[in-house]
Amino acid sequence: MDLNFTPEERAFREEARTFFNTAIPEAIRTKVAEGEGLTRDDLVTSQRILNQHGWATVNWPKEWGGQDWSPVQVYLYQDEMQQANVPAPIPFNVSMVGPVIAQFGSQEIKQRFLPATANADIFWCQGFSEPGSGSDLASLRTKAERKGDKYIVNGQKTWTTLAQYANWIFCLVRTDPAAKSQEGISFLLIDMKSPGITVRPIVTIDGGREVNEVFFDDVEVPVENLVGVENKGWDYAKFLLGNERTGIARVGASKAKIARIKQLAALEFAGETPLIESPRFLEKLAAVEVELKALEMTQLRVVSDERKRAKGGQNPASSILKLKGSVIQQQLTELLMDVVGPFALPYQRDFDGKNEPIVGPEYATEAAPMYFNYRKVSIYGGSNEIQRNIIAKAILGL
Amino acid sequence: MDFDLSDDQRLLKDSVDRFITDQYGFEQRKKYMHEAGGHSEKMWAQITDIGLFGLPFEETLGGFGGGAVETAIVMEAFGRGLVVEPYFATVILGGGLLRRAASESVLGALAPRVAAGKLKLAFAHLERHSRYDLADVTTTARKDGTGYLLDGAKSVVLHGDAANKILLTARIKGHRRDRSGIGLFLVDAGTPGVAGRGYPTQDGLRAAEITFTNVRVTADALLNDDALPLIEHVVDEAIAALCAEAVGCMQAMQDLTLDYLKTRKQFGRPIGSFQVLQHRSVDMLVALEQARSMAMFAAVMASEENPIERRKAISAAKVQIGRSARHIGQEAIQLHGGIGMTDEYAVGHYFKRVTMIDQLFGDADTHLAWLAKHGGLFGHAA
Repeated sequence: MDLNFTPEERAFREEARTFFNTAIPEAIRTKVAEGEGLTRDDLVTSQRILNQHGWATVNWPKEWGGQDWSPVQVYLYQDEMQQANVPAPIPFNVSMVGPVIAQFGSQEIKQRFLPATANADIFWCQGFSEPGSGSDLASLRTKAERKGDKYIVNGQKTWTTLAQYANWIFCLVRTDPAAKSQEGISFLLIDMKSPGITVRPIVTIDGGREVNEVFFDDVEVPVENLVGVENKGWDYAKFLLGNERTGIARVGASKAKIARIKQLAALEFAGETPLIESPRFLEKLAAVEVELKALEMTQLRVVSDERKRAKGGQNPASSILKLKGSVIQQQLTELLMDVVGPFALPYQRDFDGKNEPIVGPEYATEAAPMYFNYRKVSIYGGSNEIQRNIIAKAILGL
Repeated sequence: MDFDLSDDQRLLKDSVDRFITDQYGFEQRKKYMHEAGGHSEKMWAQITDIGLFGLPFEETLGGFGGGAVETAIVMEAFGRGLVVEPYFATVILGGGLLRRAASESVLGALAPRVAAGKLKLAFAHLERHSRYDLADVTTTARKDGTGYLLDGAKSVVLHGDAANKILLTARIKGHRRDRSGIGLFLVDAGTPGVAGRGYPTQDGLRAAEITFTNVRVTADALLNDDALPLIEHVVDEAIAALCAEAVGCMQAMQDLTLDYLKTRKQFGRPIGSFQVLQHRSVDMLVALEQARSMAMFAAVMASEENPIERRKAISAAKVQIGRSARHIGQEAIQLHGGIGMTDEYAVGHYFKRVTMIDQLFGDADTHLAWLAKHGGLFGHAA
């Protein structure tokens, strides 16, 4: 047992740290640190810099621009990226649809989509959830009927993150209405400019415009936009959802939040003493730090174990990464609320075109929206209750 | 970075695990507890045969030069067995102190006897008022010719009634809570003026109140005249060992609870089919894995020479173990229902042991406060 990284791994960490802190514009990283929303340009700019360096799609097969990295290198890459407040490569492109196309798509569809996906020439969004199909995703009803060399798509998707930025959407659609729920689903790529698609924003409790409803009204989709085999889409979706395991803990992002909380707590005073000297505050923070350290060690156990494990085999410890990681992220947003105190109150977001003068310290403006917004992290990607169902069945055998 | 055990460590784990499985079932343990002295001399001999008493000593001293990782392997297995023999007191505390404080000749004389299972040790340090402050020592050591006169009272000395030799702290100079001037002495339990009263502890182990009244010792009884730093290091190693033991206990509680959920039937089906119980056992698993991660962290950091970095890691581990153990212990009892409350069933005994581990060498709140005061684990305040 040796928790030290090798000299090569340490050198790689240095290289990653330098790259992330110099190559990605500071204005973008500051927005991430402060919890401000990123524009489409920010996301595309950042991803193109990463892609130029070969670091946008490290999880892909090598022939399509992936890196043959060890699990430890992948971990260090993610940890440094998150600590430097670099936006993750667009997850819909890089973690979701890219690996599915690379694994299950025809050569033709790979050539057509993968390079453009890597370089964010295409900005994808994910068409999975529907109003009646949340945790029970396989009950989805958006249907695609084959008419000659086209599918005709009708239905509605929801919780579609950043659909307002996207020019393509990958969808789960029902192609065989007679089949049992998990069969008869296909994985379809749809151009967002197709006639019959309407995007409507869903305003969330923080005032943000991250998610949308997407309506499909007799949308024509060429059959060559089908990934893999018709009616096998559920298998591809399971592959997609099972792909991202270790990055989901977001340990590096939580480390960056702790550093920021400590900086800001030195600027806020409770009476004569800065908050950073309040034992009560420090103990609350230290309690989260302990959990985060434990989670980091848990993540490293999973990473270390991944080298030996057959693909698809799961370390029991990996299952807790999302459960615990989400709760820690949420607790840190609560601590930031503690830091800003009454200046959490003014609503100062400018989505509505309003640009109110800032009230109180500038760093306070995003504290409450971030706290409200982060309630999502224990809901998306399979709510924590669904995670518990999965762990109870798959790991505890209940 | 590598969490794998070496081949030697794997062999050690196999043999300790086999010993616990074969010799230390719950019913067997009950018998050992009721033997004279609260433990089994036969088990003591078997632990000697596996070579575990020599763990921290070099090969030339009859040991095998194991470190904190080897200790963690042994202690996790002992946690699963709820071992009652005074291994922790003799090897982890006593052996650790000897290794760091004793002269070459004293160590050369004593270590082989410890390794051979011929010597039981205890660390007499805690006093009525000192709580978790290791510097809070009022027992005195006054110069007496070339030797010393020792006076004071030590409390909750783990396995103090079984020890042949006692390592005790006494103040050579300075005031109560001064960091300097604490001497570490080694005395025979039978020295005139040493009086002990042994008693059982909540977790089925033993401890003793030991008083020292005008105990006359020669100069060579003093192992170190400014011993607090080395005591702190040994206590950090001991905490790492307790963390591993607690993980063994927690794993056992988790296993027992899962087994019960799968076999106990109510309303015509296994109670483990009820979602509320499933989710609660998942939360137990999360607590267990977090604790296991931090016990590993503690084992690796226990040998860190920078005392602040080491103590931060050890404190963080003790916090996590304390929190996880309380959660798992309470839930294990609750999910068992009435049977979990009974003395004849194992789960409560694990619960009692992990609860007492939290009370030893600083509870979770104490360590959290210390960690908070020293800047936490991540980032730095501006």
